[in-house]
Amino acid sequence: MLGFFEKLGDNALYYINQAGRMGIFLLLSLVSIFRPPFKLSPVIKQIYVIGALSIFVIIFTGAFTGMVLGLQLYHTLSKFGAVGALGSAVSLSLIRELGPVLSALMVTGRAGSAICAEVGIMRISEQVDALECMAIDPHKYIMAPKFLAGIISLPLLTAVFDVVGIFGGYLVGVKLLGADESSYFAGMYKDVEFEDVYMGIIKSLCFGLLLTWICTAKGYYVHMQRGGGFGAEGVSSATTNAVVLASVTILVFDYFLTSVLL
Amino acid sequence: MNTKTIIQLIDVFKSFGSQQVLKGVNLPIAEGKTTVIVGGSGQGKSLIIKHILGLMKPDSGKVLFDSREINKVSKKELMEIRMNFGVLFQNAALFDSMTVFDNVALPLRERTKKSEEEIMNIVHEKLSMMDLEGSDDKYPAQLSGGMRKRAGLARALVLNPKIIFFDEPTTGLDAAKSNEIYRVFFKTQAQLKYTSVIVSHDVPKILKLADYVALLHGGVVQGCLTPEEFQLSDNPLVKEYVETTMGSLYSSEMEEGI
Ligand SMILES: Nc1ncnc2c1ncn2[C@@H]1O[C@H](COP(=O)(O)OP(=O)(O)OP(=O)(O)O)[C@@H](O)[C@H]1O
Ligand SMILES: [Mg+2]
Repeated sequence: MLGFFEKLGDNALYYINQAGRMGIFLLLSLVSIFRPPFKLSPVIKQIYVIGALSIFVIIFTGAFTGMVLGLQLYHTLSKFGAVGALGSAVSLSLIRELGPVLSALMVTGRAGSAICAEVGIMRISEQVDALECMAIDPHKYIMAPKFLAGIISLPLLTAVFDVVGIFGGYLVGVKLLGADESSYFAGMYKDVEFEDVYMGIIKSLCFGLLLTWICTAKGYYVHMQRGGGFGAEGVSSATTNAVVLASVTILVFDYFLTSVLL
Repeated sequence: MNTKTIIQLIDVFKSFGSQQVLKGVNLPIAEGKTTVIVGGSGQGKSLIIKHILGLMKPDSGKVLFDSREINKVSKKELMEIRMNFGVLFQNAALFDSMTVFDNVALPLRERTKKSEEEIMNIVHEKLSMMDLEGSDDKYPAQLSGGMRKRAGLARALVLNPKIIFFDEPTTGLDAAKSNEIYRVFFKTQAQLKYTSVIVSHDVPKILKLADYVALLHGGVVQGCLTPEEFQLSDNPLVKEYVETTMGSLYSSEMEEGI
């Protein structure tokens, strides 16, 4: 019985500790973004790694998400004789919800895992220590460009996702199933308002920050992991944890963000 | 000692779980001099360096840098202190996704406002000093162990630091290369008058370079002596160390016995 409480307390302490650590990490990284010197080329490189290299995945998933939406919504809406609303239904669900969330999940899987592994390997091979000893702040040097790139890339990728998705919905709904072409776009123009786009942008900005934060921090603290973060296995388990935690956090955060923004 | 003590470890204890590694280390490091830390493998020599660098906190005791306690200073102050450091880790800790050139250039790029051309000249000068011409575009994984060490040395020296910490700078180098490195140390030390802390197994050669020698044994520093005092010390542990490492020089009858 005592053992149970001991474990419980131990767990609680570990997670409180970790939360504190990650909070401080976020703060230091964000502050370092605003501290000179400002260098553009590392940020551009990270935008390439996080953003540009993700674009194919985003186009692919965007297209199929839009297509399946077109299919599902066409059948649902035709039950109510409201196929004319297909355009607005597809575009609203993409812009407000699916675009930001699915882009963030895809980027987490593709780039987040890579970031976590990269930082984790730097940590275990003492490269982070080496940076600190050269009086180079790892937050400024490693994290700041990644945070910036995450925050910049995600809204752009989401926009691509939305556009491709809307086009995919059009292909299936209009071209394949025969909904009316002009009402698809007219409905979209009429019903999508600035608030919807705004909500999508806010979400994607938050998710960009969240996923970079969790993935970099998990890599950075790989050596403080439960059960010891040693070597290749330590990095691999940290990466798994980072991707799972980031994905779950994105979904949970999405709910709260939606309820606040609605 | 009439020189100033710049770094001082006072009663430093450190243990990992049940393993006590440092058991009250006292070590003064004199400014502008070369202090060599010797001792068996796994005694905690690298650990001492990590404590001085502020990468580890002692369980108890103090590490003073210029009478400031290195674990208590602010992050900014620690950064300022580290500006003076040039560090070679035991595993070299090169940035493995950067070329040798970029590795050596990194401190210059991040810490100075020099132009790319100046940086190129300085980096090439340091690389040739370490006999690494033509390895500019190689990645650390493409280097030999000894080359990695030398690239690490070039990186540590590139900003002309005031205090250098070298953890086994010549381990893994052939005799000619390590002699060459010692010559470079000697020359730059004479020019720049930096303070250096070197961990080495290369006794007796390293003693030529040393102003002070500290033997770490059983988690305690067994005196911080000049090389002459060290070789003639009455301390049984130091005596034993001197005999085993320099046996061939000082006790020929032992050698015959082998
Ligand atoms: N992070 C750590 N966690 C647990 N134990 C550690 C850690 N770092 C060092 N040790 C232990 O401390 C002891 C001293 O290690 P250290 O690396 O300082 O040895 P060393 O004197 O430098 O040896 P060598 O000459 O082989 O490099 C070793 O027994 C090692 O197992
Ligand atoms: Mg060592």
